[in-house]
Amino acid sequence: MDFFDIYLVEAMLNGVLLGGVLGLLALGLNLIFGVVDVVWIAYAELVMSGMYVVYWLHAFGVPMVLAGLAAMAVVAVMGLAVHQLIIAPILNTPPINQLLATGGLLFFLQNFATVLFSAEFRNTGVSLPSLRLGDISLSYSRIIAFGVAIAGVLGLYWFLKKTFIGAAIRAVAQDRQVMVLMGVDTRKIYLVTSAIGGALAGLAALLLCLQIDVHPFIGLQYGPITFMICVLGGLGNMLGGFLASFIIGQIISIVGFSISQDFAYVVAFLLFILVMFVRPEGILKRRA
Amino acid sequence: MLELQGISAGYGSFQALFDVSLTVQPGEAVAVVGPNGAGKTTLMRVISGLLPARSGTVRMQGRDLSKVAPHRIIAEGIAHVPENRRLFPRMTVEENLKMGAFLRAAREDFPERMEWVFGLFPRLRERRSQIAGTLSGGEQQMCAIGRALMSKPKLLLMDEPSAGLAPVVVLQVFDLVRRIRQEGFTVLIVEQNVQQVLKLADRAYLLEVGAIKMSGHAKELQQHDFVRKAYIGL
Repeated sequence: MDFFDIYLVEAMLNGVLLGGVLGLLALGLNLIFGVVDVVWIAYAELVMSGMYVVYWLHAFGVPMVLAGLAAMAVVAVMGLAVHQLIIAPILNTPPINQLLATGGLLFFLQNFATVLFSAEFRNTGVSLPSLRLGDISLSYSRIIAFGVAIAGVLGLYWFLKKTFIGAAIRAVAQDRQVMVLMGVDTRKIYLVTSAIGGALAGLAALLLCLQIDVHPFIGLQYGPITFMICVLGGLGNMLGGFLASFIIGQIISIVGFSISQDFAYVVAFLLFILVMFVRPEGILKRRA
Repeated sequence: MLELQGISAGYGSFQALFDVSLTVQPGEAVAVVGPNGAGKTTLMRVISGLLPARSGTVRMQGRDLSKVAPHRIIAEGIAHVPENRRLFPRMTVEENLKMGAFLRAAREDFPERMEWVFGLFPRLRERRSQIAGTLSGGEQQMCAIGRALMSKPKLLLMDEPSAGLAPVVVLQVFDLVRRIRQEGFTVLIVEQNVQQVLKLADRAYLLEVGAIKMSGHAKELQQHDFVRKAYIGL
C-alpha cells in the first residue's frame, strides 16, 4: 500500500481543520471547569441552542456572520443564566449535585428544542465551494471554521493574558480564597467566565452550522467527544485540551477515511481509555 | 487609624478570640505576638472581613467595617499579606503585582505603581517575568508584600511574615518591613518570632489563647521578664 496516498494527506488536513473546531469546544468547557470548578454536562446542548439561533436567523435572511454574533450573545446570556440560576445555589455542595443539575438541563434543552422545532434535521443551506490543491479538495466551510476557531482561541488567550479581568479569571483558578484580599468579587468573576464560556459555545455553534445539520440531539454527537477531549488533555488545562483536540481530530479523520466514521469514534475512545489507564490525570496535568 | 473593640470570634462551636481590643495609630508599627494557636490569624481574618466577628467592632478611620463586604475591605485602605504568602503560583511576579492593583483606582496607574514597588524591591524587578511558584521563600515574601503595596494601602496587615523562612531570610524580611515603614506606611504585624518583631515594632500586644494578656511599648516588652523567659528564651 502506497503510504503517501494523497487522500491520506487530505484526511490529515481535514483532521487539523476538525481539531480546530473541537479545540474551541473544549476551550469553553475547560475555562468553566478551571475557573468555576464545575462541569456543565449540558455544554453541547448550549451549542445546539446556538445552532438553532443561527439557523433561524439565517432562515429569516440575516447574514451568517451576524447570526453568529447573535448566537454568541444569546448563548452568553444562557451561560449567565446557567451559572446564576443553576450553579450558584449549589456551588459549595458536593460536585454530584452540579452534574445532576446540569444533566437535568441537558434533557430539558433537548426536549424543549424538540417541542419547539421538531426532531427534523435542518440545514442552514450555506454551501461553500472547495479549495483545490492538486488532487486534494478541502471544503471552504471547514477552512473558515478552522480559521475562526483559531481566532477565537487566540482572542481568548489575549483576553486572559492582557486584561485585568482576564488576569483575575486566571488567578481565581489558582487561589480563589485569596482573591477577596485583592478586592475581587469572585461571584462576578464566575459570571463573567460563564458568559465567556457561553459565547465560545455560540461561536462553535456558528462554525458547526457551516458544516452539519442541526437537530435537538446534536449534543449527543459532540458532547461526549468534547468531554473526552477535555479529560484527555487534563481537565481544566486549556493547553492540554487544545493539544488533545488536534490528536483526536487526526484520529477521527484518518480512521474515518481509512475505515469508517463510526469506527473512528471507537478508536478515539479506545485511545482515551488507554491513556486513562496509563496517565489518568491527562496528557498535560489537570488543574485540580 | 484602626480600632478593635471587644472582638470575639470563632469557628462553629470553637471560640478563638475573647473580647480583644487594640488600636493602631497612623505611622505606627504594631505587633501582635503569641504562640501557635493564640488566635493571631483569626484576628487578621476578622480585620480583613474573611471571618465575621460575633461581637465587638472593627473601625478603620472611624468607619465601622462590619457593614463592608469582604472584597471591599481593600478599598477601605487595608491590604492583607496572608500567611504563607499565597501568591498565584502559575503567574509571574509582574502578574501577581498586577492582581494587587485590581482596585479600579489602582488599575489606572498600575505601571507607575509597579515601578515604585520595583524601586523598593529591586530583586523583584530582576525576576519580574519569573513564575511566582519558582521563587525562593524570601523572594515570595517580597512579592507578596509588593502585591499588597500595589494598592497603596493606609494600613498593611502582615500575617506571620517569617513563617517557613530560614533565619537569615527572616532578617531580610524584617529589613523590608523597616524600609516600608520608612516610606511612611502603617503596619500591623502578627508574628510568632517575638524577638525579631519587637526590634522593629513601636508597640505590641501579647495574645494568648484568644485574649490580650499584655500590651505596651515594644522596648518595655522586650525587657519584661515574662516575655523574655517565655518567648525570647533569655
